[in-house]
Amino acid sequence: MSTKTDKIDRLAELTAQSETSTGSSLWVEAMRRLRASKMAVIGGCIIGMFVILAVLGPWVAPYDPTAQLWRGEVRTNQGIFIGMRGENWFGLDHLARDQFSRILVGARQTLLVGIVSTLLGLAIGALIGTVSGAAATLGGKVGGRIDSVIMRFIDMMLALPSLLLAVSIAAMLGQSITTVMIAVGVVQIPIFARLLRGSMLAQGGSDYVLATRALGVRRRRIVLAHIVPNSLSPVIVQTTLSLATAIIEAAALSYLGLGNPDAAVPEWGVMLAQSQKYFDQAPMLAVYPALGIIITALGFTLLGEAMREALDPKLRS
Amino acid sequence: MSLLELSDVQVHFPIKKGVFFDRTVGHVYAVDGVSLSVEAGQTYGLVGESGCGKTTLGRAILRLVDITNGEVVFDGTDLAKLPPEEMRRQRSRLQMVFQDPLGSLDPRQNIESTLAEGMEAHGIGADKAERRERILRILDKVGLPENSLSRYPHEFSGGQRQRIGIARALALEPDVIICDEPVSALDVSIQAQVVNLLEELQEELGLTYVVIAHDLAVVRHISDVIGVMYLGSLVEEAPSDALYAEPKHPYTRALMSAVPIPDPSVEDDRERILLQGDLPSPSSPPTGCRFHTRCPWKQDTLCDTERPVLTDLGDGHKVACHYAAEIAAGTVVRAGEAADEDDAKEGREPASVVAP
Amino acid sequence: MALLSVDELSITFTGRGRRDIKAVSGVSFDVDQGQVVGLVGESGCGKSVTSLALMGLLPDRGVRLGGRAEFDGGDLLTMSQSRLRDLRGSQIAMIFQDPLSSLNPVVPIGVQVTEILSRHRGLKGAAARKEAAHLLDRVGIPDPTRRLKEYPHQLSGGMRQRALIAMAVACAPRLLIADEPTTALDVTIQAQILELLKELVDEEGTALLMITHDLGVVAGLCDEVNVLYAGKVVESAGRRALFEAPTHPYAHGLLGSIPRLDAPRGEPLKPIRGSINDRIDWADGCAFAPRCDSYTLECLSGAVELTEPREPAHHVRCVNPVLPAADVVGADVADADVADAADAAGADVADAADVASESPVAAAKKTEAPS
Repeated sequence: MSTKTDKIDRLAELTAQSETSTGSSLWVEAMRRLRASKMAVIGGCIIGMFVILAVLGPWVAPYDPTAQLWRGEVRTNQGIFIGMRGENWFGLDHLARDQFSRILVGARQTLLVGIVSTLLGLAIGALIGTVSGAAATLGGKVGGRIDSVIMRFIDMMLALPSLLLAVSIAAMLGQSITTVMIAVGVVQIPIFARLLRGSMLAQGGSDYVLATRALGVRRRRIVLAHIVPNSLSPVIVQTTLSLATAIIEAAALSYLGLGNPDAAVPEWGVMLAQSQKYFDQAPMLAVYPALGIIITALGFTLLGEAMREALDPKLRS
Repeated sequence: MSLLELSDVQVHFPIKKGVFFDRTVGHVYAVDGVSLSVEAGQTYGLVGESGCGKTTLGRAILRLVDITNGEVVFDGTDLAKLPPEEMRRQRSRLQMVFQDPLGSLDPRQNIESTLAEGMEAHGIGADKAERRERILRILDKVGLPENSLSRYPHEFSGGQRQRIGIARALALEPDVIICDEPVSALDVSIQAQVVNLLEELQEELGLTYVVIAHDLAVVRHISDVIGVMYLGSLVEEAPSDALYAEPKHPYTRALMSAVPIPDPSVEDDRERILLQGDLPSPSSPPTGCRFHTRCPWKQDTLCDTERPVLTDLGDGHKVACHYAAEIAAGTVVRAGEAADEDDAKEGREPASVVAP
Repeated sequence: MALLSVDELSITFTGRGRRDIKAVSGVSFDVDQGQVVGLVGESGCGKSVTSLALMGLLPDRGVRLGGRAEFDGGDLLTMSQSRLRDLRGSQIAMIFQDPLSSLNPVVPIGVQVTEILSRHRGLKGAAARKEAAHLLDRVGIPDPTRRLKEYPHQLSGGMRQRALIAMAVACAPRLLIADEPTTALDVTIQAQILELLKELVDEEGTALLMITHDLGVVAGLCDEVNVLYAGKVVESAGRRALFEAPTHPYAHGLLGSIPRLDAPRGEPLKPIRGSINDRIDWADGCAFAPRCDSYTLECLSGAVELTEPREPAHHVRCVNPVLPAADVVGADVADADVADAADAAGADVADAADVASESPVAAAKKTEAPS
């Protein structure tokens, strides 16, 4: 008897190191990989800082960003600007306002435009993509037609240069921050729609969808509970990357003068636009908002790339 | 009356071309007129090589692909003509096990949800607790531990995943399970576990199987009746032992002789019938007998002009060959034998085949 | 002196921040001129990595090689890349499982074949084309001159594998390594390809290292067979000796678990329980022990060496080999407790062994508790 238990104990001892898995879903595993990625951590930190700035900006800003507190010190017509100094870390802008405070407060506008426009593009794009993808995968002949029509329309949107589309939308709706958000958002719609549809099409042809159909599960449930969740990974990644481009595009539109007409409210793109007149005398005025835009865009891009790696099924070990 | 009766089932996939409006330029004749019947409690094995239409036929029985023509009568109802919602309800009685155990499971669904899904769709089990109880019983039956419930497909080994696939099919208490290559994605030592499990379940639950596989040895082991498919149609059908003892169709003979047997003394003395060339394209199948382009016994008459029908030669041994009786009697011989060419050369004789 | 002599080959993958993975740990075998040697095993046994290591195709980073692989007076494992490149194609050639991905999809077959001919045999232009056509004909591709102009996707699976073989034998290599050359093919095509390989070995005297999981293929083709399990050779013998008397419980179990076409119906298969995941380190004992029906305490105390329990040149790495008497009476009789445990645990053990979280041990313990 003793040999038997000894034997089993010994085997237990030797096989003990094999790790036990306890029901972690793919999302949980992706999060674990994300946390382990340096790129994600750096990107996350940048975005975190950016978000804190956007929320707390007005309170931590040392001065009122709209007040021309040092009027008289800056003489644009004589080319006299104030650069970095003790009381104004980033110097003064062309209207003698504290540049540092303006950058801090401007973060909020920029983030708002980025998030709202991306969410707009995502929501409408995902809706169109889902309808189109569902129609194409499980809609039969009629579905195929519906899908074709939707996709040709989306192709048309894609064929227009995005900035041109944004400029024309902005021109139609007039000059305002809402215009910028809508313009940037609309440009994102075809990207999300195509991406989700393509992803759904790939999932729709997979064995597990066939298996679910064989179970006799209703089509609506197959689409919503299986195809869509499995198609989301690339969309999530794209959302992060889109935030970066949205911020840049919003800045570009503001730069072109299509943004907020109230010049008093600081916004990085507007600041960049206004600084160009004085670029040869005070280049730093352009550098600060430009850096802000670049760094936040970089943050979102880094996070997006890290998420792509974390979610990519091919990298799953 | 058989539980499942197929008569002249055809599945043709249109080949489409066009920029704006798709235009049908041809068809792939994936399944081209198959009739067979499966008795309750039996295992019907479908063998054939890739492209012979066996998988499509399996899916056509469940109407997972559109049936172009023909009848699939299950328990008195023609499934081919059922409206979609009624077909959906019938699916609880006909289930399927897939080849790729990982691919056929939703990676984002845990095992409990995977197994409960079919029950929910068919209103089996009053509430979650009752369904869970049933699921636990099934898991036990297929040899998976209770703690599988909250785990995800990627956390299991290949053999276990296939057990999950089988459990999912069993959850609906079906009458018929269509097993499409149930073991070919598994390691050899695991294959036997799954084959035995399928056999045990059949005995215990009185299931009817249609097993689709390319591995003749597996099919012969598990099936009562075997149908051999070539290019969309059945060329031979016979009870398992009879088919092995006396294959009558030239294709079956060639197929059988090509299956390696893990025994050197058998291997060394076996006569190999090497087929020439490759499978013709199912979009433009040869005229007459589909196999005549590769058949070592091809004759000058009938073979390339008339399509042979599956005829019963007695004892349920059906063959679709004009010269089956003559070949069996030895009055019609292989081209190689007659000309006494050396075997080696035969293998690389030009293929007079392949679609133009 | 053998043509290729592999001695204590070990391959370890050293990933960043991960535990080292021993893919192959101490594999030795010889391949002689005109001989077919088989490396057989299931996925994860290290057979494919072995072939890649011999071809020098493993990445430099993250891989640690040990042992020697003598070929033509040089060690393949330590040879310079440029010398290896010269050897590859001219002296050693390889055939892969997936012919489509091993061929360049955007280059016609003919160009791919003539490239090799010009590189290793210095043939140019018309001469190279003529030789290429001859090679395609040699491997049984009909209408070779037309086929030379075609792209890989225009050929069928069997034809692609033939083209790949034509490229492999273009320079009359002395050693051909075939890694699952027929796994992706249908049986009737497999028979054609195997016939072709046999011919090459018989007529050209090429040595063939055949890597496969299919014991049926091995039975018909190989002279010597090495059965691999978890990165070690567990049994090595001549083909007839191995199939007539598989002596390692793994080889024995594997043969028992395959449905045979010529076996009468109705005999249940005897599967090996558990999966490759249930294993222990070879340094601690026999890696197969957790799946073995007749393991003893001895199996779990230190490395197990290759012995010749049955006859000379039939090597087995097992403490309790399956011997003729045991076949009849059952190895379990020697240790009745084991038989009890195995029987009592029965299906439970087998099933649980397949589950990573619940080790076969836990299951065995559970069933044992009441006794």
